[in-house]
Amino acid sequence: MTVHNLYIFDRNGTCLHYSEWNRKKQAGISKEEEYKLMYGMLFSIRSFVSKMSPLDMKDGFLAFQTSRYKLHYYETPTGVKVVMNTDLGVPNCRDVLHQIYSTLYVEYIVKNPLCPLGETLQSELFNSRLESFIRALPFFSARAG
Amino acid sequence: MAIFSVYVVNKAGGLIYQYDNYVPRAEAEKTFSFPLDLVLKIHDEKAVVSFGQRDGIRVGHAVLSINGVDVNGKYTAEGKEIIEYLKDATNYPVSIRFGRARLTSNEKLMLASMFHSLFAIGSQLSPEVGSSGIEMLETDTFKLHCFQTLTGIKFIVLADPRQAGIDALLRKIYEIYSDFALKNPFYSLEMPIRCELFDQNLKSSLEIAEKAGTFGPGS
Repeated sequence: MTVHNLYIFDRNGTCLHYSEWNRKKQAGISKEEEYKLMYGMLFSIRSFVSKMSPLDMKDGFLAFQTSRYKLHYYETPTGVKVVMNTDLGVPNCRDVLHQIYSTLYVEYIVKNPLCPLGETLQSELFNSRLESFIRALPFFSARAG
Repeated sequence: MAIFSVYVVNKAGGLIYQYDNYVPRAEAEKTFSFPLDLVLKIHDEKAVVSFGQRDGIRVGHAVLSINGVDVNGKYTAEGKEIIEYLKDATNYPVSIRFGRARLTSNEKLMLASMFHSLFAIGSQLSPEVGSSGIEMLETDTFKLHCFQTLTGIKFIVLADPRQAGIDALLRKIYEIYSDFALKNPFYSLEMPIRCELFDQNLKSSLEIAEKAGTFGPGS
């Protein structure tokens, strides 16, 4: 059970943060292209889901899985999107993503007067706290699971 | 627990079969007096609520019928524009039915092709080697399951999130496709499926799956 990587996007599609732990395959395109492709895919999935849904949705798109990985998604009402790729053994971790937003992003970025919002995050404190938070997760194991 | 619909998509991403098994319609009919406290706007050729929520009417709901007569896109059955009609105080009190708009065939075609592309991007952005495309997509109101065959045909099933046994159902639909569509000499590959036996067998296997039965050999 492991976490592969984590993306944080803002409402305009700018990738605010990206970190990876156990990624075995790169996408074959540059990092900027990959962020844009990931954001575009998520935007399209959200619009797809809102049209396809037979009933009115409250939380919307939650996660998807393929034969090798699972992508978990959490979006705040302000448009900040937290996306985490894990392996298949991980159950629903929407509350983990919510915690990343409320205890890390809001505390160390939004409340920091020197951090300009809407740009890639430069805060060392945020990075180190995020690292230790992810490594402390029960489903994270440094060896490829 | 229900299975909402089944879609079959060919190699090129075009929709070749679609069946709606159970479509829950959340609708609300209310009588309004002038002035209307909901704000409507035109979206995708339909009059849609853009602001204002009350009594089961939500943002995004479309106007389905006025005074019991079904509307025609953004026009009433007589041909007048709905928004203009509702601005006129002499037309009140009026009874309007709001609800989630049903998907037109064109929209279903576009959504199936959109999913075909998203399936491929899911595989490209994979952090692991050898990943397939999106096999299961989860939301709070439905779960979408997709099975891609070795020949590139995708069978997509939309079901209630708690419904079990969809993997077996997808394999069963593949079996029904190969028996009643592929073995039909009048059916051309990658074309829309218009085979009666395929429809009948698909409906009965959906009933079996909803009752949470298993598919025995030869069923």
